[in-house]
Amino acid sequence: MKTNIILSGVGGQGILTIAAVLDTAALSENLFVKQSEVHGMSQRGGAVQCHVRISDKQIFSDLIPEGKADLILSVEPMELLRYTPFLNKYGWLVTDSHPFINTDNYPDKNDLFKQIKKHPYHIIINATEIAKKIGNSKVTNMVLLGAAASIIPLSEESLLDAIKKLFQHKSDKIISLNLKAFFEGKKIAKEITNLATNI
Amino acid sequence: MKSLLLGNEALAQGSIDAGLSGVYAYPGTPSTEITEYIQRSKLARELKIHATWSVNEKTAMESALGMSYTGLRALVVMKHVGLNVASDVFMNMSVSGINGGLVVVVADDPSMHSSQNEQDSRFYGKFAMIPILEPSNQQEAYDIMHYAFDLSEELKLPVLVRMVTRLSHSRAGIELRERRAQNVMQLPTDTSRFALLPMNARKQFDKLVNKKAILIKLSESSSLNDLKLSQHNDVGIIACGIAYNYVMENIGDDVSFYSILKISQYPLPKEKIKKLYKHCDKIIVVEEGYPLVEELLHDYFNKNDKIKGKLTGDIPLTGELNPNTVGKSLGIFQNISKSIPEIVSGRPPQLCEGCGHTDLFNTINELIPEIGNKNVFGDIGCYALGALPPLKTVNTLIDMGASITMAKGAADAGLENAIAVIGDSTFTHSGMTGLLDAVYENSPITVIISDNSAIAMTGAQESSAVGRLHKICLGIGVHPDHLKTMIPLNKNHEQNVELLRNELKYKGVSVIISERPCVRLSRDKKEEIKAKIASLS
Repeated sequence: MKTNIILSGVGGQGILTIAAVLDTAALSENLFVKQSEVHGMSQRGGAVQCHVRISDKQIFSDLIPEGKADLILSVEPMELLRYTPFLNKYGWLVTDSHPFINTDNYPDKNDLFKQIKKHPYHIIINATEIAKKIGNSKVTNMVLLGAAASIIPLSEESLLDAIKKLFQHKSDKIISLNLKAFFEGKKIAKEITNLATNI
Repeated sequence: MKSLLLGNEALAQGSIDAGLSGVYAYPGTPSTEITEYIQRSKLARELKIHATWSVNEKTAMESALGMSYTGLRALVVMKHVGLNVASDVFMNMSVSGINGGLVVVVADDPSMHSSQNEQDSRFYGKFAMIPILEPSNQQEAYDIMHYAFDLSEELKLPVLVRMVTRLSHSRAGIELRERRAQNVMQLPTDTSRFALLPMNARKQFDKLVNKKAILIKLSESSSLNDLKLSQHNDVGIIACGIAYNYVMENIGDDVSFYSILKISQYPLPKEKIKKLYKHCDKIIVVEEGYPLVEELLHDYFNKNDKIKGKLTGDIPLTGELNPNTVGKSLGIFQNISKSIPEIVSGRPPQLCEGCGHTDLFNTINELIPEIGNKNVFGDIGCYALGALPPLKTVNTLIDMGASITMAKGAADAGLENAIAVIGDSTFTHSGMTGLLDAVYENSPITVIISDNSAIAMTGAQESSAVGRLHKICLGIGVHPDHLKTMIPLNKNHEQNVELLRNELKYKGVSVIISERPCVRLSRDKKEEIKAKIASLS
């Protein structure tokens, strides 16, 4: 078993928290993990990405080779497309539909969606909106993780335990907010994918 | 369960477990997390490991040498360009030798993710004639520190550990070992080797040169330099440090087809290389950084077609390696590279919303039509982003402190209205001496210290400049009438423009301290800084 996941977004959007949940869950299942992340200048509102590799065998490269990613999970739609050269033929794209616009030449978001929909396996959800409804836009990342959970070969139990562990020093309210976000994302993704198979 | 650590954190934990007594460093991407990890470590606090930031890499390395002089184990950490700053002590302490184990960790930044160049620190190690260790993965980064400190004490030489961005900033599960006790103070039996007067230095330099044979012998027998010869003799691979991972990623289960020499300890094990060379029809050298090993191979065997690598164009000469470029050089099929959809536009880094630097640049930009658009000399830090659109205020960015001295040189040449923009921490790192040069000649320049009370770009570490800038400038000799303060806020814009306009009229050294804390500092931290400033004034 080997899974390659690219997480993408804009500096400050919380992709490292998603990575930390995946890593913790994978280690709890006694799997090997490598996770390459971006520190430094790009973190200032620039494009950031994170490569997470999970395997039952030793992992060598910290970077995922092009064309070998099984999933790109993005908290921003344009940042999702930036990494599509890494996606494999049967790979999944999961993204928030909410654009983060901090440049003058940000494309029309509908054109972005059109481009994403050219890939056969995709889930586009308004995770930011869902997170706000739950109570805090900060849990957008957990909504997206929930949406992608069925694609990630880690048990739901270990993912949930990882979320609890990661936020254990915070209040119970924050833990339950994050868990709720996860379940909400999972539910909505299920509805979408069911719909997709019906078509 | 294994501990999930960044390469940098693994290395830091390895140092603690190897009996460390002090780490000395100035923040710099990609090296920062090593020192931060030790600062946060409960164990390190219990062991009273020194971990406060130094003012720059040179002071850091000298302090580490001082600790080593007393017999304790010391670590000094920096990014690659930091070693340029510390190169004076670096080159000389290999001559004096060390007492307690001294390990220099330098994190290189191939692809310049957060740097001005991609210099390869292995050349510095070779230049100083000391052993270099280059871990290939996180576990090795942890394990190698025990060996590095032992080796340093055994040879009485500093040891260079070379990291690269990708290993520094990638996590993996690490198995920890038992901790070695810290050294107790034991001053050197003979201190004369630390007094590098010519008569002592000559003796010491002879000793250093003569150690080379021992270093090579150690490299030959080191398990870090692992040679596996295949029954097939087509392709031999020399894989250095992290490059080994990209090689292994590509050859996967076909490992028996290739002869591989993994290099993680220098100077190079010449005999092992000769064996590989004899055994194989073709040698591919895969190394992160400059073609250091490849060049040496051409020296060993006379330049020939059998040796492939960066110099032959099989691997790109610039930028960091990745599994695809390495796979291609090995002739292993790579997926046809797809391009990023055209619709995707660039998203360069930018100053944070509400950042004080932006207001400062707006102030300067107001005067650009009067003074010209090529007069602003910049420096290293977040405010370097002022060179990019939409601000486009800053014209130069070379090295720590160069804003003041370049402005001075330009003013010497007759450029009017030369402005230097430098951060508070960059100023104390390397700006103070340049300011003295300018004061000494009363050069007509205006220095703006953009003081955000933090080393912001690397994660808002504490700046030693906090609360001291006024006194430092006065002490250096800036005239009190031309030492001004401004608060870079939009509501002060007109007033700030006037202040700058007036100081530009003055044909001597002016310093304007533009004071506003970094927006990334927490409220508590801001209060802490306020209290510190109050206590120092």
